[in-house]
Amino acid sequence: MTDLVAQGLAEPPLIDPRKSFADVTAEVSAPLEKKPGMLWKVAFGISLLLTLQFFAEISYQMVKGIGIWGLNHPVGWAVDITSFVFWIGIGHAGTLISAILHLFRQRWRTAINRSAEAMTIFAVMTAGLFPLIHLGRTWFAYWLIPYPNVRFLWVNFRSPLVWDVFAINTYLIVSLVFWYFGMLPDFATLRDRAGAGGKKRIYGLLSLGWDGSQRTWSRYETACLLLAGLATPLVISVHSIVSMDFATSILPGWHATIFPPYFVAGAVYSGFGMVMLLLIITRRVMHLQRYITLAHLDRMAKITLLTGSLVAFSYASEWFMAWYGGNADERFVFVNRATGRYAWAFWTMVACNVVIPQCLWLRRVRTSPAALLPIAILINVGMWFERFVIIVTSLHRSHLPSSWVMYYPTSIEIGTLVGSFGLFFTCFLLFIRLLPMIATWEIKGLAAAQARGRS
Amino acid sequence: MTSAPRHFLVATFSNEDALRAAAREVRDRGCRIHDVYTPYPVHGMDELIGIRHSRLPVATLVGGLAGCATALAMQFYMAVFDWPLNVGGKPANSTLAFVPITFELTVLCAGLVTAAAFLTRSGLVPGASTVPFADGTTEDVFALVLRSRDVTIDVAEAGRLLLESGAAQVVLRDVSR
Repeated sequence: MTDLVAQGLAEPPLIDPRKSFADVTAEVSAPLEKKPGMLWKVAFGISLLLTLQFFAEISYQMVKGIGIWGLNHPVGWAVDITSFVFWIGIGHAGTLISAILHLFRQRWRTAINRSAEAMTIFAVMTAGLFPLIHLGRTWFAYWLIPYPNVRFLWVNFRSPLVWDVFAINTYLIVSLVFWYFGMLPDFATLRDRAGAGGKKRIYGLLSLGWDGSQRTWSRYETACLLLAGLATPLVISVHSIVSMDFATSILPGWHATIFPPYFVAGAVYSGFGMVMLLLIITRRVMHLQRYITLAHLDRMAKITLLTGSLVAFSYASEWFMAWYGGNADERFVFVNRATGRYAWAFWTMVACNVVIPQCLWLRRVRTSPAALLPIAILINVGMWFERFVIIVTSLHRSHLPSSWVMYYPTSIEIGTLVGSFGLFFTCFLLFIRLLPMIATWEIKGLAAAQARGRS
Repeated sequence: MTSAPRHFLVATFSNEDALRAAAREVRDRGCRIHDVYTPYPVHGMDELIGIRHSRLPVATLVGGLAGCATALAMQFYMAVFDWPLNVGGKPANSTLAFVPITFELTVLCAGLVTAAAFLTRSGLVPGASTVPFADGTTEDVFALVLRSRDVTIDVAEAGRLLLESGAAQVVLRDVSR
């Protein structure tokens, strides 16, 4: 086996075969059982400060109203909605790893699925705040839900914005259930490891009395398979519906049938950028290089390359259709994107989403954390700008030339965007300290399967 | 009310292969296996213990159908019967526009019903107490449990058989609840 690996004929094992089950539990639970390191404390401190700033900005906006943003007519959507679409997209990679790769029996996902799912939940939570802020009168957010009221009005079910409310809430709830289910056996392990005290009680409550009985395991695997089967079409529907916020309007640059698949590919692409970013840092800070290996990074980079290519293809297709469709307004909007006042945003997007990912063709880049880290960051920059380009360049040159304007974000809008990263990272840092960030039971199953495959 | 204690024979193993071999051995002798406790799902045990196919997919289907029906009924009632709104001259019954929400609620209900059905059927509730048959079954110990009543051969004989097929330890345990 080792000879075959050396000759490049066999895949290297995902788990060090010398590890015992007890080693796995001990190493994965280590971050939960000892005091946090300096790096974690510094990262958490910065994230917490940004979170506080985020909530301060939101509070200020609520008091003053969203007139303090740079929005005008016709640019009624800009940084805020851009960030909403960006964060929703980030979440999609987590579900792809935990549900779709589960259905495809990709066992390499075991080491990264838990943290990717956590990322999904935090990203969707962060995303959900943006439309709520954008309401202006956030305290009336419950008007989005159809409920019997004294106004005798229901929501407009023909509006994609209402579809969004249902899609995002369903996505958040189903992801939460799936994530929690995955952790049940690990909570039981942690409960049995903890000495008597508060910790044991908390893990005991969370584990719901899990005892590892075969009857439960058998049913559990069926339940997880069913949930994965439900989450797979769900994740595709969520970003498709988000794309319909744009595609069902008649604005040039938005009114395109390619939007749903284009948005889903972009979402998975940016999501994998974020997963790589988080895991490259986490494996280093939490000393989990032996679990989240270079082989994992390599495979994630391959999916990034694939989805990045799909995104590039979508750009090409959009441009082709703008020319081939023969609609003068459509053609103008696309030329304006590349040569107009926001050309810098367009070319940033092209550089980050089309040019940069080409580095991933090289195996040396795919297996080097130092090279992947800047690429992962640039992918996220590129995908944020993609949404900015779609939203702002289309709006600022709408059908009526007399209302053409420029949009400039205010410091409040930028501050809210920066602060949202604080909220996201605070949640993630708490997660890696308080919950098992690697699915211990799945790793054990993988190690056993690996051992059997060799003997 | 405490019933008479029930007697169990608990054998522990250090890996799944030994567990599987032993399970096959005792089953071939005609003993019914009470249950097996493992740190991760061991495949191929279901047939040995006699666990039938789970009926969870039925729960998922029922949940999904209920969600689908609720979503359609809700949208038709609100948008067509109760208060038809004219938005851009579109028909009140814009059935195609109802599809996304119908899909989302189908998935939501199917998912929640599956989760609830699994937890209820498995008796997993917050605060449920567990009295493990053996320590470490959530860590690295594989335990095979026989109920004395179901052991068709002599209990001592069964214990010897388990030890021979690779058990690290075999103990008798009385459980009263």
